[in-house]
Amino acid sequence: MVERLDKVEAVVVGMGWAGGIVAAELAKAGKDVVGLEKGNHATRSDYIGVKDELRFDNRFEIMQPLKGDTVTSRNEIDETALPVRTMADNQLGTDLGGASVHWAGASYRYWPYEFEIRSQTIDRYGEDKIPEDMNLQDWGITYEELEPYYEKWEDTAGISGEQDPLAPERNKPWPNPPLNETPSLKLFKDATANLGLHPFQIAAGNMSQNYENPDGEKLNACMYCSFCTRAGCDFDAKSDPLATVIPTAMRHDNFELRTRANVRRVLYDEENNEAIGVMYVDETTGEEFEQPADVVVLAAFAFTNNRLLMLSNIGEQYDPETREGLIGRNFNGQHNSAFHGVRGFFENEKFNLYMGAGALGAAVNDYAADNFDHSDLDFIGGGAIELRQYGFAAISSSNNHTREVSNWGADYKAESLKYAYSALQIWYTSIAMSYWHNYLDLDPTYKDEYGDPLLRVTYKFGSNERPIAQFGVDRCHEIMEEMGADIIEDDEIAEEFNHVFSGGHYTGGVVMGDDPETSAVNNYLQMWDVDNLFVVGGSAFPQFGGHHPTPTIGALAYRAAEGVIRFLDEDGGQLATAKSKTMRA
Amino acid sequence: MVKENSGNNGQEEKQFSRRDFLKTTGVAAGGIAGGALLGGFTGFQFGSDQESDSAETGTGGETAGGEGGSEAPEYAARTYFSRQEDFAALAAAAERIYPEDDNGPGAIELGVPYFIDKQCYGTWGSNGTDYRMGPFQPMASDTHGRQEKLNRGEMFLLGIRRMREYAVEEHDAEFVDLEGDVQDEVLKAFEAGEVEVAGMRSEAFFSLLRNTTIEGVYSDPVYGGNKNMEGWKMIQYPGPRMGWMDQITSEEFVEMEPESLRAYQGGGM
Repeated sequence: MVERLDKVEAVVVGMGWAGGIVAAELAKAGKDVVGLEKGNHATRSDYIGVKDELRFDNRFEIMQPLKGDTVTSRNEIDETALPVRTMADNQLGTDLGGASVHWAGASYRYWPYEFEIRSQTIDRYGEDKIPEDMNLQDWGITYEELEPYYEKWEDTAGISGEQDPLAPERNKPWPNPPLNETPSLKLFKDATANLGLHPFQIAAGNMSQNYENPDGEKLNACMYCSFCTRAGCDFDAKSDPLATVIPTAMRHDNFELRTRANVRRVLYDEENNEAIGVMYVDETTGEEFEQPADVVVLAAFAFTNNRLLMLSNIGEQYDPETREGLIGRNFNGQHNSAFHGVRGFFENEKFNLYMGAGALGAAVNDYAADNFDHSDLDFIGGGAIELRQYGFAAISSSNNHTREVSNWGADYKAESLKYAYSALQIWYTSIAMSYWHNYLDLDPTYKDEYGDPLLRVTYKFGSNERPIAQFGVDRCHEIMEEMGADIIEDDEIAEEFNHVFSGGHYTGGVVMGDDPETSAVNNYLQMWDVDNLFVVGGSAFPQFGGHHPTPTIGALAYRAAEGVIRFLDEDGGQLATAKSKTMRA
Repeated sequence: MVKENSGNNGQEEKQFSRRDFLKTTGVAAGGIAGGALLGGFTGFQFGSDQESDSAETGTGGETAGGEGGSEAPEYAARTYFSRQEDFAALAAAAERIYPEDDNGPGAIELGVPYFIDKQCYGTWGSNGTDYRMGPFQPMASDTHGRQEKLNRGEMFLLGIRRMREYAVEEHDAEFVDLEGDVQDEVLKAFEAGEVEVAGMRSEAFFSLLRNTTIEGVYSDPVYGGNKNMEGWKMIQYPGPRMGWMDQITSEEFVEMEPESLRAYQGGGM
């Protein structure tokens, strides 16, 4: 028996950054809003006293267990996909705060070029520059339009940073000064400056000082304890929803949080193109509920946003054979072609690499976006070159050995002990494109614990991935040479996507734009077909940018929240006007 | 197991040593595998010189902290591996992955075999958080991560038994009786995917063995390996702390005595 609950103004599915922002903004605006989170009601206390590499980095304590639900994966459209079975190969955030609890904190804005990548690439290099296989699209919003929302997210999150000399000048400084500079960062900055590049300290979602955000939430200065990535912060020192938007939402009686509420369907009135609410299972009791709402906001991870639309028969499923349909189209993300670079081994340097913070690092953006001439290059776009000092515990540090020795035995032991703190890695955070042959749909074979089909990923590298990765390795090599490493090892570029989803940077499938022929949502992340359904999060990225995704997800969530409030205040309708130019590749 | 410590020549050897290992596996006591196994261990990579080295290391371990359980009685026992001869082969293989040398103790002295036993017994060993619905196609792809129908504990058991069988087939002796370099040949055959094993690729077993061994060397002592934090001492990892606000910009490498999770949490209760 499904129990039907009282109607609310808005129901928000997923309580990470995206859902937390929408919930907090709606709560502040006095809207009657329910937030549904599939995972547990995590609190700060869950992360205190438990700094334990094996538990968090190797056993993935705060990632979503895959027992009941994972994705299947394949490269080719005529292959049989296999399920991604272990958390080593599929790390999805779960519990209150979502993936934003375990993120590292790298906080780059995307570039003006990246939001208008199709138009600007054609302007500068001509239409022939865009390869046949690529579904390159503008976002339907410009950097200038999104900038106030970036600023709002950065202020809420308390980002610590300094002006990147190559980025558009900021309207005001970052809310906090940059984190401390360590010897490894200084080495990178000096070397890149010597090469005529423009180093800066990476903007970090780790507090450089105590901070109170505009909503009155207090955060503490980071202690550089190193348990950031894949762990939760024990000190309210990381920009995460548990320290910011969730307590803000919870302060309002018109917001109600329900955890262990696993949404399985959007309830949809096909005749009127209207979302009625959602159906969810209480994962504690097994009971099913229907939560009706005036507005439904899907704000889960990109996989879940896509799958819920597919399971609910909303919108047209993308079909690569006909290239028709929009849901699942332009699936993208930083797979195993991004984050390639080099590793440098130093005979006479020893760095305190067991100390650190998630986004403690330095970068150059000379090879980002279109900051360098692509006329003679066989790829489009770019990325940052970064050196990060996350803080590495012992199991991780034991991987610091050259390829001259295998990863076991006496030579391995001797060399990994020698280089544990004398190896530095730099990498290229390269852009990732969308292609006609990469998409999401429902798997014909594998089911979740309720008997619903799993989401199927079809992904292979397109024409951009390997060339841009090799370019990044070469630039990283030059920098590492200047840094004075005694041995430099270049990363090998993978031949093909390896079905590992470990980085969390998987986006698209319900992409935004200004043309309903090539986008599923408008630039408020409101569905073109269903006025009262907003699909918020990385699922809206038409292609990936050349940096980490979180600030852009945060900015778009603020934009979407404004849209939902307008929709509720102005009695509905489309918030954006479609432009009819078709840009399909 | 506590009783067995008291029989250790009257010596208060509190660190988990190879000698303890031989006792707890029943090998030294003339268990069912008998003299062949014992001979295998004593003839293999530890000479009596190295044994006295371990005793010295053990003394150092006692004076260095007392947070990692160095003063606690030894309770390690198998709760997953039933057959002691399987466990002895596992231990010998782990020791080849992470051998004792001039830098310090190897996998056996660090308690890694017991770490692996405990891991196999728990949620991870039974793949409790993994997707386990069929159809299973363990051999269909070499790029789709783990696809075995077997869980990790079963992979360890069947992999070790196949390793023992393979040692007999190829070298006419039990794995534990082989010289170290010959044991390495066996492990390399598994690593290279050259050995047929039912239900899994041999390289899948090898990487499970390799990775779990290294986890046992370097994870917190609470999990049963990294005995007395000797793994952390070798790699100069200080363990969990509130933070390093005061040291983060230091030009010099900061060396500290390690602290375990128990010390960090304050213990008690």
